[in-house]
Amino acid sequence: MTTVHADAILDRLGRVGQFLWSGWAGLAGLALFAALWQAGHERYGDFILPAPLATLAAGLTIAGDPAAWELAGQTTLRAVEGFALAALAGAAGGLAAGYSPATMRLARPILTVLLGVPPIAWIVLAMIWFGSTDGTIITTVLVAATPVVFVGVAEGAVTRDRGLDDMARAFGAGPLARLTTLGLRHVAAFLFPALTVALGSAFKVAVMAELLANTGGIGGALAAARANLDVAEALAWVLIAVAGLIVVEHTLVHPIRSEFERWRNAARPWGVKR
Amino acid sequence: MTLETTGATPSLTLSGIGHAYLGRTVLDAVDLSLAAGEVAALVGPSGCGKSTLAHIAAGVVEPSRGRVARRYRRHGMVFQDPRLLPWATARANIAYPLRLLGLPRRERRERAEEAANRVALDCADLDKYPVELSGGMRQRAAIARALAIDPDFVYFDEPFTALDVALKRRMQDLVIEAARGARFGALFITHDLMEAVRIAHRVVVMDAQGRGIAGTRAVPGEPGGRDDGTVYRLVAGFLTDDPLFRHIHDIDERRTP
Repeated sequence: MTTVHADAILDRLGRVGQFLWSGWAGLAGLALFAALWQAGHERYGDFILPAPLATLAAGLTIAGDPAAWELAGQTTLRAVEGFALAALAGAAGGLAAGYSPATMRLARPILTVLLGVPPIAWIVLAMIWFGSTDGTIITTVLVAATPVVFVGVAEGAVTRDRGLDDMARAFGAGPLARLTTLGLRHVAAFLFPALTVALGSAFKVAVMAELLANTGGIGGALAAARANLDVAEALAWVLIAVAGLIVVEHTLVHPIRSEFERWRNAARPWGVKR
Repeated sequence: MTLETTGATPSLTLSGIGHAYLGRTVLDAVDLSLAAGEVAALVGPSGCGKSTLAHIAAGVVEPSRGRVARRYRRHGMVFQDPRLLPWATARANIAYPLRLLGLPRRERRERAEEAANRVALDCADLDKYPVELSGGMRQRAAIARALAIDPDFVYFDEPFTALDVALKRRMQDLVIEAARGARFGALFITHDLMEAVRIAHRVVVMDAQGRGIAGTRAVPGEPGGRDDGTVYRLVAGFLTDDPLFRHIHDIDERRTP
């Protein structure tokens, strides 16, 4: 029994190591991007495009300021609140639509309407409804992120393997057992990519809504930087928003997803893993 | 097997079963009764509704008409394709029905390993995912899954159709062995008369249009006790002399459900 545990721990350590090692590829990509940025800086000068290192320095100055952390925290909180609501609403709706064709038929045109309205229009509406409050931001994020989750989950539920459902029924599984042991597990593989996209758009929309609705946060700071024509600071804030997104994605979304995708990885030949 | 004639309580009774898919009748007035511990092979041409009947008997499909009386304790089922959960290891797949029964983790593990052992599935393969297993090993896992719950009745729905000849033989031996060891009855769907004669106590022939059972023939001897010569002779005898088997190799693709 102890050897089994030791094996399991070694296996897990191996997978964590593999995950961390894959970070090099990400860093290489970011370094390439920074090189292009540097080239742009050298071509157009400091005012249009400050150097990446200068931006990084500005970012570090901002990061040293507790007030900035408060602003970033405010944006993160709003984005994550909207994202959590969107994930719940989208997952529940998508599951219902995937399991009931009638719901799907009703939901599809609503979805088209929701996706057709530009996010900027939602911000205007939300500002009228909620004023300059958290509600405006959260509503906008909710409306922007829900359809993504909904479509992902609905697609997952529709593509579930009915053969497995029949198998479970032959072994006496009721509807609830089939949903929890087969349906949700299958949907999870579709849910996580959708959540990644939804989380990204939640941050982007939150910053945009903050800027337009003038409700503080990173968007508010960006508005101030624009008013001062401080490009380095504006870029530094962008950098901070992106860094926050990357941190959330790699500490939360990716590890959970790779846990769910272990079997898919097992099928790959050794050389192409990650 | 003489249980059928001595009037012991049948383990499975289908009476007046009828079924329709989208208004098209695929089964009508099917009556079939299996004695306790009896292995019956259900044969019939492609598309006559054999699979549908097995699914109805196993409770996967609700019949439009008729009644199913199951007097066994618990059944397992093996399908044509293995139907393993792709995201779970072989071990977890074999233990899946035990999980549905709500058994504790440790017992599930032990019983899954025991069942894997019975179908000669290597312990080292139990931690692999279905994608890493060969076709034969996947089907072994599917059989182990059906045996893990210690069933007294097993449905086999053309389980070895996709396997090559040698592997098919090994699997048939495995089923014969398991049925003898665990004393379970079985309804074995197949379109291979040779397989039916090797494995079963009795061959049941389904009507080509699914209108009831055309007839049944007891197979002399015990499953596993017939050598290849006997099996060949029996099959040849059925096919040449017995009018019941005249339509057995008719194929009408349009009716395939």
